[in-house]
Amino acid sequence: MDRAAGASPGVWGAAWKRLRADRVGMTALAVVLAFVVLVVAAGLGGVAADWRAEVGVPDAPPTLLGPRAPTADPLVAGPAGPAADLRDIDPLAPRYAEWDAAAQRLRATEAPRAQTLPLGADRQGRDVLAKAIQGARVSITVGVLAALAATLLGTLLGALAGFYGGRLGDGLEWLYNVFTAIPNILLIFTFAAVLSRADALLPKGVWSIVVILALTSWTGIYRLVRAEFLKHAVRDYVRAAEAIGASASARIFRHILPNVSHVVLVQLSIHVVAAIKSEVILSYLGLGVAVDQVSWGTMLAEAQGELILGHWWQLAAATAFMAVFVTAFSLFTDALRDALDPKLRGLE
Amino acid sequence: MSRTETTMDEPLLRIADLRVSFRLGREGGQMQRAQAVGRVVDGRAVGVSFDVPAHRTVALVGESGSGKSVTAMSVLNLLPDNAEREGTIRFQGRDLLALAPRELRALRGKDIACVFQDPMSSLNPVFTIGAQLCEPLRRHLGLTRRQALARAEALLAEVGLPEPKRRLRAYPHQLSGGQQQRVMIAMALACEPRLLIADEPTTALDVTVQRQILELLATLKQRHRMGLLFISHDLGVVGEIADQVVVMRQGTVREQGPVAQIFSAPRDAYTRALLACRPRLDACPARLPTIDDLMAAEAAQAAGGAPADTAAATPPPKDPDAPVVLEVRELSKAFWLRRGVFGRRLFQAVRGASFQLRRGHTLGVVGESGSGKTTMGLALLRLHDPHGGPTGGQVLFDGQDLLQLPRGALLPVRRRIQVVFQNPYASLNPRFSIGQTLTEPMAIHGLGGDDAGRRARAEALLARVGLDADVMRRYPHEFSGGQRQRIAIARCLTLQPEVLVLDEAVSALDVSVQAQVLNLLKDLQDELGLAYVFISHDLAVVRFLSDEVLVMKDGAVVEQAGAEQILRAPQQDYTRRLLGAVPRGWVPAAG
Repeated sequence: MDRAAGASPGVWGAAWKRLRADRVGMTALAVVLAFVVLVVAAGLGGVAADWRAEVGVPDAPPTLLGPRAPTADPLVAGPAGPAADLRDIDPLAPRYAEWDAAAQRLRATEAPRAQTLPLGADRQGRDVLAKAIQGARVSITVGVLAALAATLLGTLLGALAGFYGGRLGDGLEWLYNVFTAIPNILLIFTFAAVLSRADALLPKGVWSIVVILALTSWTGIYRLVRAEFLKHAVRDYVRAAEAIGASASARIFRHILPNVSHVVLVQLSIHVVAAIKSEVILSYLGLGVAVDQVSWGTMLAEAQGELILGHWWQLAAATAFMAVFVTAFSLFTDALRDALDPKLRGLE
Repeated sequence: MSRTETTMDEPLLRIADLRVSFRLGREGGQMQRAQAVGRVVDGRAVGVSFDVPAHRTVALVGESGSGKSVTAMSVLNLLPDNAEREGTIRFQGRDLLALAPRELRALRGKDIACVFQDPMSSLNPVFTIGAQLCEPLRRHLGLTRRQALARAEALLAEVGLPEPKRRLRAYPHQLSGGQQQRVMIAMALACEPRLLIADEPTTALDVTVQRQILELLATLKQRHRMGLLFISHDLGVVGEIADQVVVMRQGTVREQGPVAQIFSAPRDAYTRALLACRPRLDACPARLPTIDDLMAAEAAQAAGGAPADTAAATPPPKDPDAPVVLEVRELSKAFWLRRGVFGRRLFQAVRGASFQLRRGHTLGVVGESGSGKTTMGLALLRLHDPHGGPTGGQVLFDGQDLLQLPRGALLPVRRRIQVVFQNPYASLNPRFSIGQTLTEPMAIHGLGGDDAGRRARAEALLARVGLDADVMRRYPHEFSGGQRQRIAIARCLTLQPEVLVLDEAVSALDVSVQAQVLNLLKDLQDELGLAYVFISHDLAVVRFLSDEVLVMKDGAVVEQAGAEQILRAPQQDYTRRLLGAVPRGWVPAAG
């Protein structure tokens, strides 16, 4: 087991080495990183900043399909022949000439609208690709922030409950039971309803969703972290730390937490995926981001109406973006778990 | 190869030139392998060869990593999927390496049965003993349910379980460790195997229970006329049960022969060293010889040098009037046990233990598992969860009662009483480098000046326990058990303690490593005047280190006297039983 003298890779170094050997994991990581770059670029205004511009004809199809054929025969036939002359009976007839002159002076400059766009356009003619990129920014930001907040909350409470036990542990268990006893979607609605009244406290939109999701999804992490702390608190290395006089907080955060960090990290990445999906559902139900923002969820909500008309591209774009990101993130999570699992470390 | 069997036919089991390696995965396009059994010597692969004759007991002895378990598990191919076996294993004339998985499965349990080290993890906790016993009977022998139950009852009676009929309905957790191992043996015997492979079957058990199981195995071997392949790290156990002994080290056979020859006239230097480095009940040298020392001495002798001086000097007498550093009066510790939904009751784990510990002295604490010795050790340091249950009595350290000190005032005392735990794999934080592990205690107590000073001191202590300074940057998983235990000892020494509680500190180590660590502990005591509370189930080890011995049973101290006195003239029945159960190895003639 002894390696040649010199610095040896720590636990993290070894995990990174194992992760690098995992081809699927590295591909997934590359995809995730590409999304992160995209999100950052969109956030800084470099990419898809003008997603609100109506650059295409309404419901322009994707470029691959080619422009839509002009509608040959509308259902209601237009009137044939010259328009009827109403001069004799129209009281406003004397002003026709004046209006024509005014109309000559005005020029409505209408930008040429594209017949097709790379991924098509929505009903207002906005570029679906730009919308999907902006939607990625909102959805991924919400997902990551909500997962981070939920992990922080769950880890802290779980660590306290598992380490101290006793009254504190009982109290936290009680809180956990209350939260898990209520059906999840109902709980989310409740928080959404309460928070929507608290506009002064919290701007509506991204932040309120982050808070809602964090408050409703910490329970799973709490349970796992508590179990890990229960297990580790009586381990010899923690007892040894107590014997040398390490304080309770040092034992919790310096000794045990790094040893259960693989659980926390994997939970974090699982919750990122879950939060993105929840955000999509919330936005779809109208409880999500504000109307002037776009997320994958609002795109899906719009797509519902378009689909009836046969305009499937907005749905496809949002679904594809989400599927690629969520799949890549999940695969990366799997690889991360394998790389961090101390059971695979040979000696434990 | 030595042949002592009179039969000229093929023996029951013949292992010839067996080599086992484990595939570790590809690196740079080349399959990497770890050789577990067999070694390349002078460019030639040498495997393991030995016979197990019918009705005989062959013992495989070696330290951890010697390949003894891998060799035994190769017989039935109970190895992980990445194992590759070469050579021949012939059982009753059939080559087991060439058998199809289905044929091998038919042999398992029926002709060759196994008993493993840990009965608690070998029995399925959700099935009753009866269900688990009946399964092989119905599968291999085709018995009906009723017949199988009757046979299972008879088997339990045979392995000496009282009330076998009631036990059939019991779940594994309702039985003690020794009873579980008896059930495992009954399961192994169920189909009347020709060969029984017992892999460290008594290692997880107390000495008294170990003795019963050894006697049971010997009787059953006689009665069923089985061959027995017995794997153990303990030469004392092997000497009592084996007819033939095979000594293994690093995947090769060092020596094999009849038990009398191995114990009375060992030919191999390693065997001799292995025999010499065990602490014994009947002799107490000042230092234990270690395998490295002995083998180096033999090599020097073979090269024509003068034999090194390994003669044991008499231990320096200890000052009987040394100041008392720790006095314990009527120490008791109880735990709350849940009962029903809301009820709870107290379980008394330690009751009324009293002793005095003088500077530079060692108090040995012996007892079987569950006797409360570890609980007492942890109570001395106040390492129990305060919600767990009440602690009574007094622990006087320097005139202060540790049990009455408020938590905040405990820190200065923590520096002066330290503890070393049993399992060196669990007592070091795996995410801390050795440097962090060693400097943390000094930083907490503000010792050693600045960081540089602490590092210098940590390096000096590492040198003191026999490790290089460059291990500071490494992590615990890179070290062997013995090295980790040295690091744990060094961590305690950083605080310059006065009392060290050693909770089974050498029990998890191989004999050779155990001898090194015991010598280290003795040297440190002489040098620094440390007082030890040495908790162990191993009487021989306690005898080597202790001045006074405390014998505990069911939480109470049953006997307390000087080490010599307890060994020579034990007053209590229980102590006598404990001493009688210690394996003594091979005893000529009388044994």
